[in-house]
Amino acid sequence: MRGLHAASPALLWLLPFVVVFAAFQLAPLAWVAISAFRVDDGWGLGHFREIVTSPFFRQAIGRSLEISLVSSLLGLTIAALTCHSLAHTRGPLRRWMVAFTNMTSNFAGVPLAFAFIILMGTNGVLTLALQRLGIIEDFNLYSKTGLIVIYTWFQIPLGVLLLFPALAGLRTEWQEAASLLGAGRLAYWRHIGLPVLWPALLGTLTILIANAMGAYATVYALVNTSYNLMTIRIANLVSGDLFLQPNLASALALILVLLLAMVTLIQQWLLRRSYHVAER
Amino acid sequence: MSQSADTVTMASGPSSTARPRWRFDPHRLVVLGVFTILALPLVVTLGYALAGHWGASLLPDSLTLKWFVELWATPRFQAAFVRSLLVAVGALALSLVLILPVAFLAQTRYPRLDGWMNGLILMPFAVPPVVSSVGLLQLYAGGPLPLVGTPWILIPTYFTIVLPFMYRAIANSLRSIDVASLMDAARLLGAGPLQAFFLVVLPNIRVGVQIAIFLSFSFLVGEFVFANLLVGTRFETLQVYLNNMRGASGHFTSALVITLFAFTLVLTWLGNRQSGQDLAKESAS
Repeated sequence: MRGLHAASPALLWLLPFVVVFAAFQLAPLAWVAISAFRVDDGWGLGHFREIVTSPFFRQAIGRSLEISLVSSLLGLTIAALTCHSLAHTRGPLRRWMVAFTNMTSNFAGVPLAFAFIILMGTNGVLTLALQRLGIIEDFNLYSKTGLIVIYTWFQIPLGVLLLFPALAGLRTEWQEAASLLGAGRLAYWRHIGLPVLWPALLGTLTILIANAMGAYATVYALVNTSYNLMTIRIANLVSGDLFLQPNLASALALILVLLLAMVTLIQQWLLRRSYHVAER
Repeated sequence: MSQSADTVTMASGPSSTARPRWRFDPHRLVVLGVFTILALPLVVTLGYALAGHWGASLLPDSLTLKWFVELWATPRFQAAFVRSLLVAVGALALSLVLILPVAFLAQTRYPRLDGWMNGLILMPFAVPPVVSSVGLLQLYAGGPLPLVGTPWILIPTYFTIVLPFMYRAIANSLRSIDVASLMDAARLLGAGPLQAFFLVVLPNIRVGVQIAIFLSFSFLVGEFVFANLLVGTRFETLQVYLNNMRGASGHFTSALVITLFAFTLVLTWLGNRQSGQDLAKESAS
């Protein structure tokens, strides 16, 4: 602002930040992007071909996508219902619940896995109780269903925290005005409620999916490497005991990043199609 | 937090005397139902940590604190605790030194820098830790900077994951004190830029920075992926210790889970209390 000679020494203060950020955030990603194309005898798409043709890696990608999508949709639905009810709840209960979801959103990763082993593991408290009541035969926490249950559990608090501002912003006057004009509850949600919430719902869903796709600590603590997911495979290729294949890990990691980017692009595309946003 | 909570309770006091609120209300039922679902793993783990023995019955047979005493007396746990603290303190110190000047310059001299930073800080969200680890493991396993396997790799890596949060918190507090006018005033009074930064700006954003530190601290103590993949058992932090205790008694690991959770709760509570006091101060002035 005051001429360049005054500005340049100040810019030196940015240098340490730029160096560390480049070395520990940009460089690792760049290494992944480059080495994914590095094969024994030069460059090529060999690793991607191996991943796409291998049933094992295809299964990992499929399961990651399936568990993420299902748990995100379940989490989003439960979170939306909770927020809707919270917006209609007065008094201390609402304040407690918001504080409590904040609290539980800190409960993730390895501790969460251990808590679920105590609760729903083979000899878990809930498993035994439900077996005794004859409600279930047995429950396998270390299966797809089990993982979806855990994932959904950690998606709920995040969904509530992200959605609550939007749902609390729905004004009761709008519903009153709509019903004065003859709209039923269904028509209100169809034409007013959901269109207003649509961007928030889509945005939250995107974050939940990304959160689930990248999740590693919980599954690793639960099943070590015996359940086939993308993050588990990537980590195992660079830190397993034998057969380290960093370049193959890079290719799989790049696919994960691209899938996350695709989810964001789809969200943007859906958002642009919705008339509520397009009007502006 | 407790102060503001009291005032809210008092404000809602008169209306809560209305009776019909306690009749059947589907919204209350939904909230309580979800509350139960979210509370269940925590409550059961707490119960397990406090139970002398919990066999095939619905409730534990006896209550005891012996698991907590045993855990806290374990040298391996104490060492892991100290290591987690050291890494988190180191990472936060580095983050402050690196981020403060950038946030300050973005809010004073180079407004366009703020836009750039808002883009940059999205990166840690787009790149999961597992992906970063693949690159970090190769780049720093040997060569000029052989950091893998030592705690030194965690400090700059943790800087990258607290960056979004720290930058926003610091930038917001700088904006809320109108730092550009403050710097102008300091210059008019004869202070150099560095003097103004340390004597005028820093004391004014202290509370905002403290909140960011407490919340980042609890986040870092809970970090597992980088700690396990980049360093592992060679420098066992709390989360890695917990993971390695897989074979131990369920009561013992429950006591550990509860201890860790209580620790993060205290940290977030300290952070929120700060923000509560900050708000109270602002509304008073």
